[in-house]
Amino acid sequence: MTAVTSPRLLSAEMPSGRTTGWWGMILFVTTEATVFAAMLGSYFYVRFQSGPQWPPPPLEDPKLMKVIIMTAVLLPSSVPVMWAERGIRKGQRWRLRAGLAITLVLGLSFLGLQAWEYSEDLKKHTLTTDAYSSLFYSITTLHGFHVAVGLLMVGWLLAASLRGSFGYRRHERVRLTAIYWHFVDVVWVAIFISLYLSPRL
Amino acid sequence: MSVETEEQARPASRSEAVAALEKDWGERPSLRSWFSTVDHKRIGRRYMVTAGIFFILAGTDAMILRTQLARPNATVLSPEAYDQLFTMHGTAMIFLFSTPMFFGFGNFLVPLMIGARDMAFPRLNAFGYWVFAFAGTVMFSSQLVGRAPDGGWFGYVPLTDTPYSSGINLDVYSLGLLFLGVSTTAGAINFIVTVVKMRAPGMSLNRVPLFVWAIVGTSFMVIFALPALNVANAMLFLDRRFGAHFFDPAHGGNTLLWQHLFWIFGHPDVYIIVMPALGIVSAVLPAFCRRGVVAYPLMVLAIVTISIISFGVWVHHMFATGLPQLSYSFFSAASTLITIPSGIQIFAWLFTMLRGRIVVRTPFLFVVGFIVTFVLGGFTGVMFAITAFDQQVTDSYFVVAHFHYVLFGGAVFPMIAGIYYWLPKFTGKMYAEKLSRWAFWLVFIGFNTTFMPMHVSGLLGMPRRIYTYPGDLGWDLWNLISTIGAYVLAVGLLLVLIGVLQAIRRGRLAPDDPWGGDTLEWATTSPPRPYNFVTVPTVHSVHPMWDERTTAALATDPPLPDHQAMATSELDGREEGAIEMPEASLLPLVSALGILVVVLGLLWGWYWFAGAGALLIFGTVARWMWPPERTPEEAGVAS
Repeated sequence: MTAVTSPRLLSAEMPSGRTTGWWGMILFVTTEATVFAAMLGSYFYVRFQSGPQWPPPPLEDPKLMKVIIMTAVLLPSSVPVMWAERGIRKGQRWRLRAGLAITLVLGLSFLGLQAWEYSEDLKKHTLTTDAYSSLFYSITTLHGFHVAVGLLMVGWLLAASLRGSFGYRRHERVRLTAIYWHFVDVVWVAIFISLYLSPRL
Repeated sequence: MSVETEEQARPASRSEAVAALEKDWGERPSLRSWFSTVDHKRIGRRYMVTAGIFFILAGTDAMILRTQLARPNATVLSPEAYDQLFTMHGTAMIFLFSTPMFFGFGNFLVPLMIGARDMAFPRLNAFGYWVFAFAGTVMFSSQLVGRAPDGGWFGYVPLTDTPYSSGINLDVYSLGLLFLGVSTTAGAINFIVTVVKMRAPGMSLNRVPLFVWAIVGTSFMVIFALPALNVANAMLFLDRRFGAHFFDPAHGGNTLLWQHLFWIFGHPDVYIIVMPALGIVSAVLPAFCRRGVVAYPLMVLAIVTISIISFGVWVHHMFATGLPQLSYSFFSAASTLITIPSGIQIFAWLFTMLRGRIVVRTPFLFVVGFIVTFVLGGFTGVMFAITAFDQQVTDSYFVVAHFHYVLFGGAVFPMIAGIYYWLPKFTGKMYAEKLSRWAFWLVFIGFNTTFMPMHVSGLLGMPRRIYTYPGDLGWDLWNLISTIGAYVLAVGLLLVLIGVLQAIRRGRLAPDDPWGGDTLEWATTSPPRPYNFVTVPTVHSVHPMWDERTTAALATDPPLPDHQAMATSELDGREEGAIEMPEASLLPLVSALGILVVVLGLLWGWYWFAGAGALLIFGTVARWMWPPERTPEEAGVAS
């Protein structure tokens, strides 16, 4: 009887290797994604409760050119992170450092482009113009803030990787930072579609 | 892993192993260790004491309110003071008392019940406590200077937006709740990860205690519900401080957006408050019915179902706002549906009593008091789910009566049951049975005398949140009875407090397992040592302490050495290996102080100060997470 119910014999799971840190980061990203869902939900709620014109006149549909470039810069920035993570899993520290550096450059370019876009948007409308503008600026700024936090994490990780901290046995922080960065990336797609493409539908 | 452990040089005897554990885990009492501790039991007790203090403060607010309302045309309070008091009473009871108190229970009990040595993230746990303590202090301080929030606990716009509410009052509300949200989110993540990864070997998901299930369900609701509140409060702050227009119809904004966001959070929050209390009931009953709670799988399913359906009922708080009829029908149906899993739990407890051999002690009395009051609150709740009835009584004292039956009956009665039940484990002392019985009857009678008449005054048309009323409306008697009841209730609660303090000062020393309980917290000493368990328990059933295989293994299995805890697999609780636990640290406190600086900077409009706080947070967290330097062999580097 004891033998049959012993925990070791009863278990049918395969080893997953998911650590407490992995679960913590996944849950953190989940609740963060819910924050963005609530923001975008508010955007669509206000949109469908307001008049037929969106954005409300005299504002025009947001310009796409720069945002497409921004998207083209941010989306691929997940690739070097993945490449870096694969590298350190094999113990190749140079790949970790190079991948993180490339991501850092791409992320900073994104923020630079966003600042450029803002400088032109702000001539037309500001946070206080109307509810549309309040939503537009708060959502994009919140995302920009997340990119900035992600870049701090990547930069911090790059600094740590210059010391002898990571290798194929020990790279949990790389894994966690990568999850956060992918999240910041994916959220941008939702924002791009909602704020920039959907008004044109 | 077990192979590795056997290879290590093991101490010759169990007493030597215990001595080594004491050395690895023990904290010398000092000022520094008081601020730097990461022990989940100390943090859990702190949560409970701090939340208890906030309960006394918010309860005092309520007593002043009831004194004002005792007679018509009373002048104890000015209308402005009355607004601040009822807002702080509600806000504090919901946010600063209920959830933190249950997080305190969870903090202390969850690792013990699952046979773990600490939470998954002990430092995050300490951080969460400090953030909660600071947020509560900020919010209550506003009351001292007469600038407390005054827009009701659900802060409806446009009343709470500029220009209708100037002054700092509502900024305290929005920033204070955002601040507190950091703590609640951190706590919820910590609970889920702890339960997912740190359960004792053999504790597969179908052997997890119901209280732990309840805390996990609660935590998942926090993860998905709290963002809506945080977004709403951030928008309110932007509207008020920086002239944004989220809630301003004159500029294309929408006032109902606030109500939607608030109740998308707010209704799950009712269950966030009540669910851990239901878990306490499921934990207390087995000890006093001498059998497990019947229908364990149904109970777990009920917890999961409630956690999910609670997100689909928020509009029943908005039946009087003129939304489309179709949405009323949907939310009315969902609100009726959620009574099914709630009913399953009630019937399971009743059948547990019916099939058990009841031992009447004070925790059991409070559980019975809970069932009576909670069911009464549930009855009026079903009435509200019917739109036509809801529109008649909304914003009247009938609503006040209803949610006090649900929240006081549903949360505070089980909470007091839990305090008496686990006091031996929390403090190592027993309470005095006689005094606690007096406390029960005074609380039970006082509670019903306070809130039962409010059903009547509500049906007679008395609106909530009025600071006084004229004497010719037939409300006088009912209000006077309510006030008398409130004083009786206060005396009862005071007796609970005296009982606890008396037990701590000169109570009888508690044995390890005074009740013959079924869960693992009773397997260790009262109060537990910093490492909780010498040997990691092995679990073979849902009632490990009633299972000889577990108790025998606890005495004979080899101790888990060093500053380590056991990690197990997510579903089956299969042993995966020991993990190193973090040491005490001041970093959690410093980073919480950083957030305090940010919040105060935003509150007072000193944005440079807020910026300095942000730098402090970044610096502290960067240090906190900084990886240790490792040799190439340790880290693993490709040649």
